[in-house]
Amino acid sequence: MRRLKELIIEKTILLNGFACIFFVVLIFFFLAKDGLALFRTISIRDFLFGQLWNPIAEPPQFGILPLFLGSFLVTLGATAISVPLGMACAIFIGEIAPRWMRELLKAGVELLAAIPSIVIGFVGMTMLGPMVKNIFHLPTGLTALTGSFALAFMAIPTIVSIMEDAISSVPRSYKEGSLALGATHWQTIYRVIIPAASSGIVAAIMLGIGRVIGETMAVMMLTGNASVMPRTILEPVRTMTATIAAEMGETVHGSEHYFALFALGLVLFAITFIINLIADAALHRKRK
Amino acid sequence: MVEVPLGKDKIVVRDLSIYYGNVAALKNVSFSVKDREILGVIGPANSGKTSFLRAMNRLNDLDLSSRVTGSILLNGKDVNREMDAEEVRKKVTMVFALPLPLPMSIFDNIAYGPRRHGTRDKKRLEEIVEKSLKAAFLWEEVKDRLSSSAMKLSGGQQQRLCIARTLAVDPEVILYDEPCSGLDPISTAKVEEAMFELKARYTQILVTNNVKQAARVGDRIAFFLMGELVEIDEADKIFTAPRDKRTGDYITGRFG
Ligand SMILES: Nc1ncnc2c1ncn2[C@@H]1O[C@H](COP(=O)(O)OP(=O)(O)OP(=O)(O)O)[C@@H](O)[C@H]1O
Ligand SMILES: [Mg+2]
Repeated sequence: MRRLKELIIEKTILLNGFACIFFVVLIFFFLAKDGLALFRTISIRDFLFGQLWNPIAEPPQFGILPLFLGSFLVTLGATAISVPLGMACAIFIGEIAPRWMRELLKAGVELLAAIPSIVIGFVGMTMLGPMVKNIFHLPTGLTALTGSFALAFMAIPTIVSIMEDAISSVPRSYKEGSLALGATHWQTIYRVIIPAASSGIVAAIMLGIGRVIGETMAVMMLTGNASVMPRTILEPVRTMTATIAAEMGETVHGSEHYFALFALGLVLFAITFIINLIADAALHRKRK
Repeated sequence: MVEVPLGKDKIVVRDLSIYYGNVAALKNVSFSVKDREILGVIGPANSGKTSFLRAMNRLNDLDLSSRVTGSILLNGKDVNREMDAEEVRKKVTMVFALPLPLPMSIFDNIAYGPRRHGTRDKKRLEEIVEKSLKAAFLWEEVKDRLSSSAMKLSGGQQQRLCIARTLAVDPEVILYDEPCSGLDPISTAKVEEAMFELKARYTQILVTNNVKQAARVGDRIAFFLMGELVEIDEADKIFTAPRDKRTGDYITGRFG
């Protein structure tokens, strides 16, 4: 009887595990089926390197380069903002803050993660946008940079919590060994703790980037949605996610435009897949 | 390095008590450590030996629940009131029970301390590394693989590496907390040999669970029990004619 129960529980868990993988594969095939259909009429080269995205032109243009660059700029900006901030925050929480403050900060960071992205978009639109506009004397405050700021706030909780984990799991003996040789606290953090936690730190950054690339709502509200080739981070851009979200509703099922959006989704999927792979590899290196 | 005449007091401990929260781990202990002697510290578990060592180089500062009263004087200077923690730790270094090298190469492990204290010159660092490894009897075994990871050394080699690493910062006092508890007899003998060699230059305090080891290397022996210093005397006297009955009982293995 006990044995049977064990067996059932074990198999159920196994089944659940396989179900997850099964769904991922299913989603991938679904995406690939409709996405790849686009290339019956348009060459991969025109799709990947075309500089114009204009589905209602005659003939329609499906070059994703401006969208890709839009996503790239926003992500780059968000990473440049969130990584140093998140890292400083993680080091402070893990190494410097007294215990009561540590708990308070951790709760705060978790709360930040719980803010719906539409709310961040809303705050960004009413406060961040005008600020960016005034500071840089721009015609519009809805730029890649504005999106970067908002996305940085969404990436920071991910970055902080994973990095903080990595930092606090560095063996105490490394820290004491370093201090016992007369190194200062900062030298110890910089020379011993950060290198020892480096794989977790890389993973944290990667997962933060993954979070940023996939984000849709806030970028749609904040980046201005102009599908032109961006030259600087202070211009309106349009990201891949925002394009899909904005245009999906107006496409005809089975049209070229419809397939193009799926192909765009496929590209997005590939990018996040690679990023997750890097994060995973980094974490595995640590375990060895 | 402050030159104290041989046999004079290097460290003076006065009314030292250590508390964790409200629990005292060490109660009103006073004694002194002579320059360039090996003081063996023995006593059963929980007698406060580790706490004492950690107070000596102020690693206790890291534990927010701990509190130290009384004073520890190094060369006549109060380590808690007249010196920075970093200055104390550079002069009074510690070898831990578990030999844990830093996760870097052998060379970098030894050079870690000097680098943090401002030595940048590559030639000078190479000299320090060689000298320290020789003093810890490890040079011959690792000289051809200085750039490989220190984590790949055997336990005994790692412990000697840790000793070499402390020597590299040119300390005045070396503290050992049960440095041989995880080592085989041959590695233990090598570590003890290193301690003998180091007597010429350094004051050493060896906490050990192994009474025989204390007898082998200690000039004087302190016996701690339940946070109290029961007795401190020349090793010969402690092992042949202890003044306190409890000391005799512990040494002959009747309790603890
Ligand atoms: N960080 C700490 N927090 C709270 N209590 C502690 C801490 N470190 C030590 N103690 C307590 O202080 C007392 C003395 O411990 P200590 O480690 O100094 O003993 P010890 O003589 O080194 O023992 P052992 O031979 O087992 O290493 C013990 O009762 C221990 O529980
Ligand atoms: Mg101990």
